[in-house]
Amino acid sequence: MAPAAASSPPPAVGLAFWRDPQALRIAVLQAVFLLGLGWLAVEAFIHVRANMQARGIPTGFGFLNDTAGFDINQSLISYSATSTYGRAFLVGLLNTCLVSAISLALATIVGFTVGIARLSKNWAAAQLATVYVEILRNVPLLLQLLFWYNAVLKALPGPRQSYALPFGVFLNNRGLFAPELALGPGAPWLGAALVASAAAAIAAWWLSRRRRPAMNASLRIGAAALILGPPVAAFLIAGAPLSLVPPELKGFNFIGGVRLLPEFVALVLGLSLYTAAFIAEVVRAGMQAVPRGQSEAAAALGLSRLAAIRHVVAPQAMRVIIPLLTSQYLNLIKNSSLAVFVGYPDLVQVFAGTVLNQTGAAVQVIFITMAVYLTVSLLASLAMNLFNRRFASIER
Amino acid sequence: MPGATQDRRPASAQAFVRQGPAPAQPPPASESFAGGLRGNLFGDWRTSLATLAVLTLVGLALPSLLRFLIFDAVWSAPDGELCRAPGAGACWAFIAQKLPYFIYGSYPESQRWRVDVTMFVGAVLIVWLLWLDAPARRLAAFLFFVAYPLQGFILLHGAPALGLPRVETHLWGGVFVSLLVASVGMVFSLPLGILLALGRRSRLPALKLACTGFIEFVRGVPMITVLFMANTMLPLFVPEDLAPDRLARPLIGVALFASAYMAEVVRGGLQAIPRGQFEGAAALGLRPWPTLRLVVLPQALRHVIPGVVNSFISLFKDTTLVAIVGIFDFLKTIEAARQDPAWAGPTISATGYIFAALFYFAFCFGMSLYARFVERRLGSAAA
Repeated sequence: MAPAAASSPPPAVGLAFWRDPQALRIAVLQAVFLLGLGWLAVEAFIHVRANMQARGIPTGFGFLNDTAGFDINQSLISYSATSTYGRAFLVGLLNTCLVSAISLALATIVGFTVGIARLSKNWAAAQLATVYVEILRNVPLLLQLLFWYNAVLKALPGPRQSYALPFGVFLNNRGLFAPELALGPGAPWLGAALVASAAAAIAAWWLSRRRRPAMNASLRIGAAALILGPPVAAFLIAGAPLSLVPPELKGFNFIGGVRLLPEFVALVLGLSLYTAAFIAEVVRAGMQAVPRGQSEAAAALGLSRLAAIRHVVAPQAMRVIIPLLTSQYLNLIKNSSLAVFVGYPDLVQVFAGTVLNQTGAAVQVIFITMAVYLTVSLLASLAMNLFNRRFASIER
Repeated sequence: MPGATQDRRPASAQAFVRQGPAPAQPPPASESFAGGLRGNLFGDWRTSLATLAVLTLVGLALPSLLRFLIFDAVWSAPDGELCRAPGAGACWAFIAQKLPYFIYGSYPESQRWRVDVTMFVGAVLIVWLLWLDAPARRLAAFLFFVAYPLQGFILLHGAPALGLPRVETHLWGGVFVSLLVASVGMVFSLPLGILLALGRRSRLPALKLACTGFIEFVRGVPMITVLFMANTMLPLFVPEDLAPDRLARPLIGVALFASAYMAEVVRGGLQAIPRGQFEGAAALGLRPWPTLRLVVLPQALRHVIPGVVNSFISLFKDTTLVAIVGIFDFLKTIEAARQDPAWAGPTISATGYIFAALFYFAFCFGMSLYARFVERRLGSAAA
């Protein structure tokens, strides 16, 4: 550390550390600190073991193979009451991933829209966006979640009086019912065509990067045809193997289609609208960080406002936006643990809730739960460091 | 496009090069306020469309919102009968009747003056601290961070020796507990955060590693898991007879959680101190600790006031999560009251949540306005 070095005498070169008073002091202080920390850890360990044995709590991770004996009302993988606790952990983890992924996408769309609206020259749009951001940011997320769940979704009419939304979607107090994608006999052909078009898209992107001067119009049309052509052709040739099966009202509930639990809908609404307010602020900060001269210079060159944003302002703003956006994404993933308050079976509700209560293995369960979130956070900060190293240095 | 027809050159030469001066644009219209607003709202067809969309949205939402909140609302009623009537709006009578419960929880009615006194003292001290030109702010800081916690504990929990009967923590609840959790978080997270931030910049690698590890660990996990940990693991870590009180456990969890975030805010302030300040202090012969106490921290802390207030806002919002370990904070009392069968009705939940939202919004928005004010003042002082 430069400032610290400035206040201390220069280190004596070639001296053993116990002859250098400065280094000796540091070594002794550290030893004392480590001893204190170690003593605390040993003390805690002894008590944990004694307390756990006294209460008959399992001390290993063997409980993960025991039968769970409880049901989970939403599961992406096969699960029943006879599955193990380990399986229940996986179900919870996947549910957390699902709700986070969908909320992330929605929050990004709403957040960018609101953020750009806040900077808009249109007074009414800017004011509305400001009101949105201030209200959503200053009310606790938990309160918003409970509001969506108890005051909105639970107050909806029953299945027989459901609200019919466009595209065959129905909303009632049992959840959101949407049409399901059904695969016909020719579906594998369509899959192959999709793979081919993805390959074409990657190739086009790679080519356009290599040919620095922008692709001209005929090349663009060709690329679009190559990317869009195969799936459309396959869809027609294989006899429309994809169809939408709408949910149908039978008796007292809907049959068929995809059912989203009201807990899931409330969580997605709450998480994405709340995070969107923060993303809007991030977008605004990023756009305002670009010096005004940049957009003025773009206007002086004759670029339209849209073109100036696309080619001049946005690329520079992204450098500010992306690190801040990542931390908002991480916040959303961590906040998805509030699922436990509305009873959506996410990692915390299933594992740190039900499994912990049934087994009593508090130390292991909380350790595993925290490790999952910590891994995601550390991976994200690693990615951010790489990103910063790559992009921050491009500045003049 | 003028160059479109003559483009037979290779693709690499298709860049646009302007040959003559661009045609001059008409001078901007004189900017009266109304004219500017009209240009803003109905400048071209795209702006007009956006404005119309916004106005339609507001026009659809605002009347029904006002009807629900004010015109159709039930302002006074003995029980839920009137609120259950079809077409009735918000049931403010419910809030009015439950207000003492929302504020004090189940704290015994004869002892509620103790809560009032504590909240009043806290409010006075906080205003004293936040007012930047107030006299003797050091005294205020001492009172708030040292004397006030002691006074609060004795008064709220009770001291039979002083003639104050003991009030067990399972009776505590409502706004008072929310404010308690928030102020305990503030009182402990600021000093702890400063220590952690200093530790993270320490020359001792072991200390630095421990502080960095703690900060990154806490910031990487959700607050709920920290609360779970404080609630179920803390009693396991200590001998059985020393197990902390059920309200103390989440308080410890909240304080540790907030201190990690505070540490990062303070670290930002420390990093903003120019190196010359350290060198100047060293040239004057100050040793490291006096340098920190007299030169670095006063400047750094002044710069991080907006950041500190912002983390207080998140802390205040996060206090709602203590309900997960069975603490009756304000939001939890709303949850409990809205299930009262005497008041059950279609609008009760919405009324309760809107009331809670107003409360939290007032606090958080107030704090953020204060942060902005300080930021502006610091900015103008630096310029």
